[in-house]
Amino acid sequence: MRLIVPLQGVVQGRGGLIFGSLIPCALFYFLQLYLKRHRSPKPQSNPPSPTTSSPKLAEMTRTSSRSNLFSRSIGQVRISSRAISIAKPNESPYYIGLDKASEDPYDRLSNPDGVIQLGLSENRLCFDLIEKWMSENLGHSITGRDSGELNINGIATYQPFDGTMELKLAMAGFMSHIMGGAVTFEPSQMVLTAGATPAIETLCFCLADQGNAFLVPTPYYPGFDRDVKFRTGVELIPVHCRSTDNFALSITALDQAFNQTRKHGTKIRGILLSNPANPVGNLLSREMLYAILDFAREKNIHVISDEIFAGSMYGNEEFVSMAEVLDSEGFDKNRVHIVYGLSKDLSLPGFRVGVIYSFNENVLAAARKLTRFSSVSAPTQRLLVSMLSDARFIEEYVKTNKRRLQNMHALFVAGLKGLNIRCADSSAGLYCWADMSKLISSYSEKGELELWDKLLNVGKINVTPGSACHCIEPGWFRCCFTTLAEEDIPVVLERIRKAVENTTDLLNSS
Amino acid sequence: MGLLSRKATCSTHGQDSSYFLGWQEYEKNPYNEVNNPTGIIQMGLAENQLCLDLLEPWLMKNPDALGLKRDGISIFKELALFQDYNGFPAFKRALVDFMGEIRGNKVSFDPNHVVLTAGATSANETLMFCLADQGDAFLLPTPYYPGFDRDLRWRTGVEIVPIHCTSSNGFKVTLPAIEQAYRQAQKRKLRVKGVLITNPSNPLGTTMARDELDLLINFIEDKQIHLISDEIYSGTVFTSPSFVSVMEVLKDRNLDQTQVWERVHIVYSLSKDLGLPGFRVGAIYSNDPVVVSAATKMSSFGLVSSQTQYLLSAMLLDKKFTKEYMSENHKRLQKQQKDLVSGLEKAGIRCLDSNAGLFCWVDMRHLLKSNTFEAEMELWQKFVYHVKINISPGSSCHCIEPGWFRVCFANMSESTLKLAIQRLKSFVSSIGMNSQGHQELKSLRRKARNNWVFRLSLQSFYDREQDTTTKVSFSYRPHFMSLSNIAATLDAAA
Repeated sequence: MRLIVPLQGVVQGRGGLIFGSLIPCALFYFLQLYLKRHRSPKPQSNPPSPTTSSPKLAEMTRTSSRSNLFSRSIGQVRISSRAISIAKPNESPYYIGLDKASEDPYDRLSNPDGVIQLGLSENRLCFDLIEKWMSENLGHSITGRDSGELNINGIATYQPFDGTMELKLAMAGFMSHIMGGAVTFEPSQMVLTAGATPAIETLCFCLADQGNAFLVPTPYYPGFDRDVKFRTGVELIPVHCRSTDNFALSITALDQAFNQTRKHGTKIRGILLSNPANPVGNLLSREMLYAILDFAREKNIHVISDEIFAGSMYGNEEFVSMAEVLDSEGFDKNRVHIVYGLSKDLSLPGFRVGVIYSFNENVLAAARKLTRFSSVSAPTQRLLVSMLSDARFIEEYVKTNKRRLQNMHALFVAGLKGLNIRCADSSAGLYCWADMSKLISSYSEKGELELWDKLLNVGKINVTPGSACHCIEPGWFRCCFTTLAEEDIPVVLERIRKAVENTTDLLNSS
Repeated sequence: MGLLSRKATCSTHGQDSSYFLGWQEYEKNPYNEVNNPTGIIQMGLAENQLCLDLLEPWLMKNPDALGLKRDGISIFKELALFQDYNGFPAFKRALVDFMGEIRGNKVSFDPNHVVLTAGATSANETLMFCLADQGDAFLLPTPYYPGFDRDLRWRTGVEIVPIHCTSSNGFKVTLPAIEQAYRQAQKRKLRVKGVLITNPSNPLGTTMARDELDLLINFIEDKQIHLISDEIYSGTVFTSPSFVSVMEVLKDRNLDQTQVWERVHIVYSLSKDLGLPGFRVGAIYSNDPVVVSAATKMSSFGLVSSQTQYLLSAMLLDKKFTKEYMSENHKRLQKQQKDLVSGLEKAGIRCLDSNAGLFCWVDMRHLLKSNTFEAEMELWQKFVYHVKINISPGSSCHCIEPGWFRVCFANMSESTLKLAIQRLKSFVSSIGMNSQGHQELKSLRRKARNNWVFRLSLQSFYDREQDTTTKVSFSYRPHFMSLSNIAATLDAAA
C-alpha cells in the first residue's frame, strides 16, 4: 500500500480535521485493502533484459515452442512468479549464441561449416597434459587403491558438506602456487562448492537481504545476472568503465554509483569484482586494490573478489590477489571474500569445484551450512586431491598453460589487428575484448546486435556482444580464443572478413 | 563490520535442533569397535552402509567407469568440459529406467522430465523455489524429516504447516487432519501452494497405502494445488506391502494427461537406495514443462559432477548388477530391522510396524517421566550422554505425541547393532529397578494419559459437531474407543 499524504480537511468548522482528512484517509486505505485482497495474483515483471531492442534472428524454432507454453500456463498462476520469469527462454545474445553454437559445432574435419564457438570461455589448450596424468594416475586416485584394495567406503558415505580437509589443503596449495606463491591460503577458511556459480550465490545470500544491491564494474560476466539475481532478490548496480582508460575501474565512478543508488533508497551491501576481469582481461593494480578496500571501509560494505582466472595469465603484469594485499597491510579482513574455481585454470568445468575463501568467521559459518545445497561430489574430491597434490604435474601444467596462452593470444590479437580490429590491453583470461565499433552500421546497441547477428548467422562464429556484458560503449565483443587450435585462427579471421564484407572501413584497411 | 544478511543470521537453518545437536555430540565421541568401544553409537543418521561391499567388486570389474573411458577410449575431455545443465543424456536415461524398475515397471518415466541436482536436499529446495513464493506455505504430514525445516524454508521464505498425524491410526494421513492444516494455514494468512509427502515415510519407515494417496490426490485436485512426493526411500522397501508411487495411482485412475498430472512432482536421489550420499546425486521429476524448464536453469547452482554422472550411468545400465544389488539390499535391511525390532521388544519397547526405510519409529512413551516434551528431551539426553546412543527425538520431527524416537539401523554392522541393543536393555532395566516409584509413576501417567486422550477426543468431538453429516459423528465413536483401547494395551505392555 502506498503512503499517501493525508488530505487536509476541506470541511471547515467543528470536526473539520476528522471529517476532512481522517475519514477520506481511512476510506482510501480500506479501498486499497479491498483491492489487494481481491486482486488476482499477477506474475512479476520480467527481469531487465540487456537488449532493449531484440535482434531479428533467422531461426527461433527452439525458443518459439516454449513461448507457446507460457500463453497456456500464465493464466493459471500455480507456480511461483520466480519460476515463470526464469523458465522463459533466454533472450540474451550470450545464451542464444551458446545454444546455436552447441547445436552446430564446428569441427575442422567432420563439420567445417559449423559455428565456431568463441563465446564460451573454456580452455582446451592443455588437455593433453591432463589426459596424460589421468591415464597414468586415474585408477588408484579415486578409490584410494594403494595396495590393490578398493576403498569405496571413504567416498560413498556422507562427507563434510563444505569439502574434505584433504581437498581443502590441496586446493590451498594450488591457489597459492598459481598466484605466484605470494599468498598462503588457510584451509580452515575455505568452503568448497559445486562450482563458482553457487559460490557467488551463496555469498550473496550471506551478505545481502532481498532488495539490497551490489556494485559491479561493467562490462561484467553475463552469468552474474543469474548468479546474483535469480533467487536471492539482490540487485546489481553497474559502475561504468570506459575504453578511454582501458576499462579500468575508478573510485570516482564507484562513489557516484554508490551515492546515486542510496538516493533511490536501495542499500548497497558490497562490491562484486572480477580480477582478472571478465570480459576485458585486465588486472586490478595493487594501488587500486588499496583504494577499493579504503572505499569499502569508508562505506562499510563488503568486497567479493572473483579470482577464477588468476591462473590464466599471459601478460607480463603481475597478478595481485586481494588476499595478498590484506596480508601485507592492516586492512579489515572481515569484509573481503574471494571466489575461485577449477573451471578455467584447470579446464574442469564439468567436475563442479568452486571455492569461497573468507576471513569472516560468521560468513564462513553461514556458508558452510549453505553448502548442503551444493557440495562437491565425493569421487571428484578424491580425484582432485590426487591431482592437485602432484606438485611436479601442477608446476609443469601451469608453466605450459601460460606459454600456450601467450602464444594463442598473440596470434589471435595480431590476426584481428590485420583486420583493423584492435583489442583492449589485457593480461589474463581466456579471451580478448575486441573493438568492432568501426564495423557496426549505427553506433548503438541496435547496430552492435545487428553485427552480432551477422557474425553468428552469416559468418558462423559466436562471439559475445558487449551489451550482454552491460558495456556502456557499443561495438565491443568478447572473443574466446582458447577453444581454438592454431590452424583455426585463419578460418575465424576469414569468416569475420566475409561477414562484414560490405563495410567500407574493413575494405579500406586491407 | 561483519554485517551479515538476515538469512545468514536467523535460525531457520534449523541446525540448532536436537536432531543436529545429537550428531555434534556423536562427532565429539564417535564409537569405534577397536579404538573407542565406549563411544557414542550413531543411530541418528539414516545412511545405508550395508551393501558397500557389493559396489567394490563391480568397480573392479568395470575399470572403464572409474577410468572415464568408453570402450577403452578416454572420454575424459568430453566429461571435463560437460557442464550442460540438461544433464548427461545417458545418465538420465539410466536413472529413469532404474526408477521404473523400483516401481515394478508399473510406471515409466520420461528422461526429458528429469532435472538433476546435487542431492535431494537441493532438489527439494529448487522445487520450492519453482512452486512457491515467499510467504506461501506447504502442508507436511508430521512427523517429518527434520531437514525439511531448512531445505524448504530457509532461503525460499516458504512456510511449513504441519498435518498432524497420531499413533491412533499408525500415523496415517486423514482427511480431517489435512483440512485442519489447510484451515490453520488460512488463519495464518498463508497461501497454501501444495502438500509434500515422503513416501516411504521418514521417520516412520512405512509406505503410504493406496487410499492415503487417493485422499491426497483428491485434496490437491479440489484445492488446485501441488503434490510433491519425496520418494527417496522407494528402493529401501524390504517387505510387503509393496511400494505404490503416486504416479502409479494417477495412472490407474486415468488421470495422466490431465491438469492434476502436471501438479504432481517426484523427488528422488541415489543417497539412500544405492548408499551413495557422498556422490550428491538427486533428481526432480515433473510433468509440468515450465517447472522442468525453471528447475533446469536453477540446477546451475548445484550440478552433478560429470565424472559422477558417467560413473553412475555405467553402473545403472548394468541391469543385472542393479537387480542383484537391490535384492541383496532388501534382504540385509530386513534382517537388520528384524534384529533391532526383536531386540527392542525384549527390552519391552515396541516399534511402529515398518516395511521400508533405514530406521524404526520407536515407542518409548512408557519410559517418559511425564507425558511432555520436556520429559522426552530429558530421556533423549540420557540416551546420548549415559547410554551413549544418538537417536532422534520425535519433537525434532515435529511429532505431536511425546515419547517417539527414530532409531537408524542401516549404518552399522551386526555386532554394533547388538551392542546398541544391549546398552538399551540395560538402561531400560535400570529404570525398572525403582519399581515402586515406577508403579506410582505408571498410575499417574495412566491418569494423565487418559485425561489427555479424553480431552483430545472431546476436542475432535466438538470439531466434528460443526460438520453436518451424521456419518462423520458416527465414525467418531469407534475412534474414541480405539484411543482408549490403545491406552489400555500400552498400560498392559508397560
